[in-house]
Amino acid sequence: MEQSWKQAKAAFAAIAAPPVLWLLLFFLIPIAVIWAYTFGENVGPVTIDFTGTFANYARALEPLYLGIFGKSIVVAGLTTVLCLIIGFPVALAIAFASPKMKAWLLLLIMLPFWTNLLIRTFALIAVLREQGYVNFALEWLWNNASGFMTLIGLAPLGEYEPLTLLYNNTAVVIGLVYVHLPFMVLPLYSALDRMDRSLMEASLDLGAGHLRTIWAVVVPLAAPGIASGVLITFIPALGAYLTPDLLGGTDSQMIANVIERQFKRANDWPFGAALSFLLMYLTFIAIAAQAFVQRKAERRG
Amino acid sequence: MTDVSPVHTQAEKLAAAIKPNPIIIFEGVTKRFGKTIAVDNVSLQIQEGEFFALLGPSGCGKTTLLRMLAGFETPTEGRILIDGKDVAALPPNKRPVNMVFQSYAVFPHMKVADNVAYGLKMDGVAAAEIKTRVAEALELVKLGGLGDRMPDQLSGGQRQRVALARALVKRPRVLLLDEPLSALDAKLRDQMRSELTSLQEKVGITFIMVTHDQDEALAIATRCAVMNRGVLTQVATPADLYEFPNSRFVADFVGSVNMFEGVLEKDEQNEAIVRCNELSAPVYLDHGVTGARGATVWVALRPEKIEMHKRTGEAPKMEDAPAGTNVVAGVIRDIVYLGSETNFEIELEGGRRVKTFRSNLTRYDQEDFTWDEPVWLAWHACSPAVLLS
Amino acid sequence: MAKEALPVAAATLAAPPPLKREKPGPLEYMRRWPLQLMVGLTLVFLYLPLLTLMAFSFNDSRRNIVWQGFTFKYYEKALSNESLIEAFVNSLTIAFFCTIVSVVLGALAAVMLWRFRFPGKTAVEGTMALPIVVPEICLGVAMLVFFARVLPWPMGLPWPLNLGAITIAHISFAFPFVATVVRARLSSFNRELEEAAKDLGASEWRTFWDVLVPHMQPGLIAGALLAFTLSLDDFVITFFTSGPDTITFPVKVYSMLRFSVTPEVNAASTILIVVTVVLTAVGLHLQNQKPQENKA
Repeated sequence: MEQSWKQAKAAFAAIAAPPVLWLLLFFLIPIAVIWAYTFGENVGPVTIDFTGTFANYARALEPLYLGIFGKSIVVAGLTTVLCLIIGFPVALAIAFASPKMKAWLLLLIMLPFWTNLLIRTFALIAVLREQGYVNFALEWLWNNASGFMTLIGLAPLGEYEPLTLLYNNTAVVIGLVYVHLPFMVLPLYSALDRMDRSLMEASLDLGAGHLRTIWAVVVPLAAPGIASGVLITFIPALGAYLTPDLLGGTDSQMIANVIERQFKRANDWPFGAALSFLLMYLTFIAIAAQAFVQRKAERRG
Repeated sequence: MTDVSPVHTQAEKLAAAIKPNPIIIFEGVTKRFGKTIAVDNVSLQIQEGEFFALLGPSGCGKTTLLRMLAGFETPTEGRILIDGKDVAALPPNKRPVNMVFQSYAVFPHMKVADNVAYGLKMDGVAAAEIKTRVAEALELVKLGGLGDRMPDQLSGGQRQRVALARALVKRPRVLLLDEPLSALDAKLRDQMRSELTSLQEKVGITFIMVTHDQDEALAIATRCAVMNRGVLTQVATPADLYEFPNSRFVADFVGSVNMFEGVLEKDEQNEAIVRCNELSAPVYLDHGVTGARGATVWVALRPEKIEMHKRTGEAPKMEDAPAGTNVVAGVIRDIVYLGSETNFEIELEGGRRVKTFRSNLTRYDQEDFTWDEPVWLAWHACSPAVLLS
Repeated sequence: MAKEALPVAAATLAAPPPLKREKPGPLEYMRRWPLQLMVGLTLVFLYLPLLTLMAFSFNDSRRNIVWQGFTFKYYEKALSNESLIEAFVNSLTIAFFCTIVSVVLGALAAVMLWRFRFPGKTAVEGTMALPIVVPEICLGVAMLVFFARVLPWPMGLPWPLNLGAITIAHISFAFPFVATVVRARLSSFNRELEEAAKDLGASEWRTFWDVLVPHMQPGLIAGALLAFTLSLDDFVITFFTSGPDTITFPVKVYSMLRFSVTPEVNAASTILIVVTVVLTAVGLHLQNQKPQENKA
């Protein structure tokens, strides 16, 4: 039972003032300033004039930048889908494991999440590059297959061409999936763990196979969990900076990289601000979509 | 209309011995939450030394009234006086009352002894005195020696005693109890009932209890107030509430009852007659009713006051009523065997069902009542209560 | 169910109790090979890069591609790299102050939202959720502009005050996380405990300290660990608010990455991984140790 603030004015003031004031001063004001900048213009190396212009937004919607937005959305979307495909079976397996295994598995899945993003991305470089482990392994397989072929009298396979897995879009997607997989598994696991098992058993009992049961019974029931997982994977992937920066090539720029460039190198703060805000609006749209899905699922009960 | 009944229970003996000295006075207390009226113009006086019960269904306002007394809610209108002083300005930590909460609210991170000592610490009592008083209080509630345990090592009943000790150690003027027995299982409940009563006698202070269980209230309290939807409907001793309810609500809420709507045909000083549609014979009463002739009234007849006879011949005649009154014919439709007694549901001519019961006096069913058996139901002229509202 | 299935079902019900190594039940996915394989592969996918990174920190080779021998020399190099050490100390300092302030602010925010009804509460709740939801780059950019134009942090301040801008930025995005954790803990609080304390004579302040804070404690600890890790690991926001003389550990490792990928980077990374894992282990251990105080 909540109390009205009027019943304990002094206590309320003492408790509410510090966090609210902090939010105001060190969060809302900076965001508001950025917002103001979206309507500004560079008039000299360090001064910015607030002319109320929409030119920055217009520029952001030019084909070049629109293309980058589009690419970022596609990359983030692909990442999310892959995480879902990999994460769902894993979450399912953990949710139905024995309690002891459950705790260990969860820990193992979440531990990489606790290590630094930078390090995780960097670790992938050694794996994906031309002289990296994937290529080493494939080369080993290739050479052995070649040897085997000569053994049975067929022509050997040619030189091994290492796969270019680094410094391109593929690397970025792999990197984003690698980094965000634990984000997806946790809400999925939560939803699956809380689900009523007897519904699945009823479906199996009525003759449906496992896959059909999962598709027709589990997925709808776990929908809010899936929506959560999708959201907390998609948004960070959309605004990712480090992964495309370290793993991507010149044509794998995502929005965050472009924004960084405006602020650190191109010195076009108003434009960078406009791009940032567009990214924020995209984020809010994604959240609204998820809330909508959640409400629909709740109404179904 | 309420006759003075002879005093015959322990609680009532106590009630009779109490000197009238209102320690708590509610004057026209009303509490509104937005548009809802939780407590509606309640005026009540509670005497010192009583074990008082606030009884009523959930949502009737009894807990709100208690919380206003403790200081956790403020009345929208009206005054509350403790010991003659208006407590409106006093916050809960300054009032001379202490409360035992429904969830017991024992601090989970403190030892039992620290829990009990908490109130004394707040009062600034010296450490040595705290030690002795805490030990005393724990002995009083039969938890002596458990001072070093943590609450999660105790059972529910033990935690309640910690809450009691914690409140009583401060020697308040009034102890408030919010549904003290509702969370206990049946056996423990019976045990706690008698323990609470003896505790109150030992400590000697006023206890005010809130409950929705009328068995509890009847058994423990010296006086009860029955509330319904924020309104105080009747304040009386348990016996008076049971035998002399002042409204259909009280008659129905306290114990079970058979209620018949009827018309007051005759109303003299020493007798009255009510004719009910559902009863084939008129109801004859041996006292006056104080109502208008022709007014709609209700006859409340408790199951234990109905006699059941096999219907083999003429209707039995009751000695205290004219022939043809206070007797109706019926057929047994339902029998529920409860071991020590058997409940019967009897269908009268016209379809109305009536409840009654018989104690199983011997090990063999003496008169062997069975389903669909025709019976006569009869009652004495002093048994029904006639209600005007 | 089909008519023929009934006898089968009956037979299953009447079957003798299962032996020890029985076939897995229909829903025991973890005991069947397809999902075991899936989980196994995923774990390999997640850990292989990290483990090889850690293994190769001991590699005696400058180019760090082929294993050439075991050595500690890159750890020695890392630990004697002055700028690296300085960056690490900076990171720890920032994380330390960030944690303290975030826990206080987060706890206050949680209590405010849990206890009071006030006009504009939904707006405040929404605003508190923003730092968690908004992409880090937007926050970083906002902080950069703020400290460059609106509230310029004075230059040339002595250590640790020169880390103020970064610390403030970290606190801003960390304390809503703490607030969420603490608020979750508060939702299991029995309000009658507060009332009991007041009934026994405690003032508002004493009630807060004696009853509410002990209940919040597990949440406060979890929140503190969360704030510490978030601050220690942060890259993007720090990248935008730090300057040449206020480098933090992740930013320093980033520049090392961009310039030369020697095993020294591996060594530094391994150190960071070990620190994080140890902290998490400590946190989990503390959380599991707390006896369940959900009753009474």
